[in-house]
Amino acid sequence: MTSVAEVRGSGADAPDSVHVAAWEGFTDGPWRDQVDVRDFIQRNYTPYRGDGEFLAGPTERTNGIWGRLTAMFPAERAKGVYDVDPHTPATITAHAPGYIDRENELIVGLQTDAPLKRAIMPNGGWRMVEGALETYGYDVDPDLRKVFTEYRKTHNQGVFDTYPPAVRAARSSHVITGLPDAYGRGRIIGDYRRVALYGVDALVAAKRLDRAALDMQPASESVLRDREENAEQTRALGELAEMAASYGYDIRRPAATAREAVQWLYFAYLGAVKEQNGAAMSLGRTSTFLDVYLQRDLDAGTITESQAQELVDDFVIKLRIVRFLRTPEYDALFSGDPTWVTETIGGLGEDGRPLVTRTSFRYLQTLYNLGPAPEPNMTVLWSPELPQGFKDYCARVSIDTSAVQYESDELIRSRWGDDAAIACCVSPMRVGKQMQFFGARVNLAKTLLYAINGGRDEITGKQVSPAVAPVTGDVLEFDDVMARFDATMDWLAATYVEALNCIHWSHDRYAYERLEMALHDQDVLRTMACGIAGLSVAADSLSAIRYATVRPVRDERGIVVDYVTEGEFPTFGNDDDRVDDIAVDLVERFMAKVRRHPTYRDAVPTQSVLTITSNVVYGKSTGNTPDGRRLGEPFAPGANPMNGRDTHGLLASALSVAKLPYAESQDGISLTSTVVPASLGRTGEEQTANLAGLLDAYIGSNGYHMNVNVLNRETLLDAMENPENYPQLTIRVSGYAVNFVRLTREQQLDVLSRTFHGAV
Amino acid sequence: MTVPQTPAAGTPAPIPFVPGTRCGTMDPAAAHSAAGSATAAPAPSRRAGAGTHGLPVAAPERGDRLAALRTGELGSVHSWELVTAVDGPGTRLTVFLSGCPLRCLYCHNPDTLAMKDGQPVTADELLGRVRRYVPVFRATGGGITLSGGEVLMQPAFAARVLRGATEMGVHTTLDTSGFLGANATDTMLDDTDLVLLDVKSGDPETYRRVTGRDLEPTLRFGRRLAERGLDGHGPEVWVRFVLVPGLTDDAENVEKIAAYTAELNRIRPGTVTRVEVLPFHQMGRDKWDALGRTYELADTQPPTPELTERVREQFRSHGLTTY
Repeated sequence: MTSVAEVRGSGADAPDSVHVAAWEGFTDGPWRDQVDVRDFIQRNYTPYRGDGEFLAGPTERTNGIWGRLTAMFPAERAKGVYDVDPHTPATITAHAPGYIDRENELIVGLQTDAPLKRAIMPNGGWRMVEGALETYGYDVDPDLRKVFTEYRKTHNQGVFDTYPPAVRAARSSHVITGLPDAYGRGRIIGDYRRVALYGVDALVAAKRLDRAALDMQPASESVLRDREENAEQTRALGELAEMAASYGYDIRRPAATAREAVQWLYFAYLGAVKEQNGAAMSLGRTSTFLDVYLQRDLDAGTITESQAQELVDDFVIKLRIVRFLRTPEYDALFSGDPTWVTETIGGLGEDGRPLVTRTSFRYLQTLYNLGPAPEPNMTVLWSPELPQGFKDYCARVSIDTSAVQYESDELIRSRWGDDAAIACCVSPMRVGKQMQFFGARVNLAKTLLYAINGGRDEITGKQVSPAVAPVTGDVLEFDDVMARFDATMDWLAATYVEALNCIHWSHDRYAYERLEMALHDQDVLRTMACGIAGLSVAADSLSAIRYATVRPVRDERGIVVDYVTEGEFPTFGNDDDRVDDIAVDLVERFMAKVRRHPTYRDAVPTQSVLTITSNVVYGKSTGNTPDGRRLGEPFAPGANPMNGRDTHGLLASALSVAKLPYAESQDGISLTSTVVPASLGRTGEEQTANLAGLLDAYIGSNGYHMNVNVLNRETLLDAMENPENYPQLTIRVSGYAVNFVRLTREQQLDVLSRTFHGAV
Repeated sequence: MTVPQTPAAGTPAPIPFVPGTRCGTMDPAAAHSAAGSATAAPAPSRRAGAGTHGLPVAAPERGDRLAALRTGELGSVHSWELVTAVDGPGTRLTVFLSGCPLRCLYCHNPDTLAMKDGQPVTADELLGRVRRYVPVFRATGGGITLSGGEVLMQPAFAARVLRGATEMGVHTTLDTSGFLGANATDTMLDDTDLVLLDVKSGDPETYRRVTGRDLEPTLRFGRRLAERGLDGHGPEVWVRFVLVPGLTDDAENVEKIAAYTAELNRIRPGTVTRVEVLPFHQMGRDKWDALGRTYELADTQPPTPELTERVREQFRSHGLTTY
């Protein structure tokens, strides 16, 4: 275990007196002697049970900085990027300091030397970099190309050196998609708070102790890997201190004030996003940690509420302008340009005290002070036991901005404790103690079609899964189809885990997240985060086969390409057990199959029911399905019922989703709901109470996650026609939020086709 | 719901039920929902609307069925929904019963007019679903709302459901035109916490023009509700009025409803806790066509915001909380 006491006693660079000064006024505990941020929070935070009345609006300074940036956004939106540095492969220290408005910034630090200028990060794969540069009209540096194609192997090359043919076939037929084999896997949350609480020196010293323990173990493949990673982590911490020093800050010592705490924490996060272009670069659970510092300064009278809010506003401004250079294809998959700077807010502690502080409110308040925005991805851990004042404030913010998502504090706390945070959209993990191997997802609806067609692709006709005799006869029989589906899922699970093992072996070798992992314990729990898409399509299709009459239509190749369905069948999303049980069975069944396969680094297999926004792309590559969905038609996002088929109200729809068992979907179950504002009640008070009540009811019924959009269809239609009037229109799509006007037209139409619960 | 049959030539157009609305009343908010369903589920459905999925449908012999309908063991149900903020406080299980004695020109759910078109559902099955949602009602301050159609077409069934719900401690609401108020027994009203009373006009002539029926039974029912409260057991009442330009918007017509509503509060202070003025909308139009009925309001426009505000002010001037 990382020991801070030994660090202090061992004559390391951080003298004892510095620690004492920085920690003055804090309650002692084990956190002083070892890296234990949770213990620090528990002993020092002040729960806040009131309402949002104390909050401060934006200052002129804040408006000035945000104004400068917003003036740059139209150019960025028009071109796709504002600027790129095509010559400097990014590292923590590669770029000179950059500023938005040097004199007025309270919190400093940019990914490159100028705001919105994107860096190249070739370790994931050179082709992605080259494609992006060409798209946006930048010259490709021939020396760099030579380095990253001839001398320096990338993650992408590593993966394709290890993929077996079955994986390649499944990948190119899109039955498995979105795999992080050409881009950074992300979804690793460094415990950035550690830098603020302990300073870099203490963290380095702790890593050295870990190393000493590793050196005692005889070399094996895993010990050697651990030693090499430990060395990389230590090096990254040194570079982090160097980067901060270039901005004039000494973060080798602990933060002594609220402003320093925010700055130190941000530097740590900045170091991560300077070097890693991960699919999701989430922040963790920082608001209540920072509240301890803000409260200490407020109590001492050294800052005012307005100044406290300014620090949070300035920090959030920085989080809003995190940028990565990606290709248009990537952006099409993920709708816009998301970075998933997910911040987890609220929840309860294991002792029952709410982890809600005034700074939890201050974070959400940025959605008013700076206007709505998709990033940071504000995520509230909801429990019916949260203080009413906080619940009402969250509901109000959702109604006003549609920028908040909710996840079950009950389910997350009981499984992962009270210092867990969400990575990306719905993936919970103990901060600094757990990471995941992100695994994208498989297309369950397409798999069902493979089962019917004996393993042949319904579009290309290619044999993808092992050849078996296809379904015969004029009517699909439920038991027959289910048996075939089960066997095809066996193949899918095996192929899928194989792919993920290749990917994460390679990512660890060629694109290791050294700074993020430096802000983890030496021993971390790794999960292998599998996922499924098209659940509601598959469940409705099986329901049609069971409860109605489904006749397959074969083409000249003998492949079933369409279905004639007669009679009624229940559809997922109406709180009807007949079909909801089918969906539950599919989730349990696939998880059980995944668990049978050995995983890289003995990662614990989990799964999510989440699509990001690739429900559109998955739909495109999936033929007609027995539920009546047409070839190319988008799937519903995440675990959502198919659009328009959930006709018994928002809560009935949500209660169907709530039946999916979290124990078999520990990486999360995503539900996106859209309600029309007027339908929540006649008065603002009524609307707030009703939305909070709905969340209580859903989470109280074991619901896991809900994106809440409160929008009128007319608003979206008008935004499509007049995007210039809606630069900040934010909507939640699937575990995260996007800027509506940055979506492709196709994605905008998909959002419009989703069920708007006029009467929730 | 019934979905996605592969479309075949000559099948009738779908009849989307407008969720969250009761016969004759319409909240513009609901318009979006119906539109959302229509674009996403273009396939025809045999049975209109959200339907009774999730409720086991009973299939007794005809003779038994009639007997069970009489005793209220069986009801004719159009559909159910979990809705918030439209049919009473909190999140509610709203059950739309089939059958209505009125023929409102602006009816938005003409597919609920005939009792024979409903699905047979037993009171026990329905109460099973109520029991399932008790935690939801507790979390949201909601309950069950019996709507229609006209709920008082099936008084024995309604009484059973209201009794069962009350025994579970669930808040109960009746959404009614009041025309069949005489069908409501005192026991039934004892089991009712809130009545949504749709007063479709204040002027008897206009009422007849709008509904084809007399106004008086509704007025009588409202007074009865107010008087019942004098011993402490009277239900709360929300008065609702659908504002249709050129049909119900006459200032005097509105004035009469407002005065009547104020009168209820004189009989028992606090009887009517809110008035909802619901602007007419053209959402039900397609259903009339689909059902082959003549829709007289095809050219009627929704009221302007100014008109709606004028009418709301008329109610407010009587000291009524009005939305």
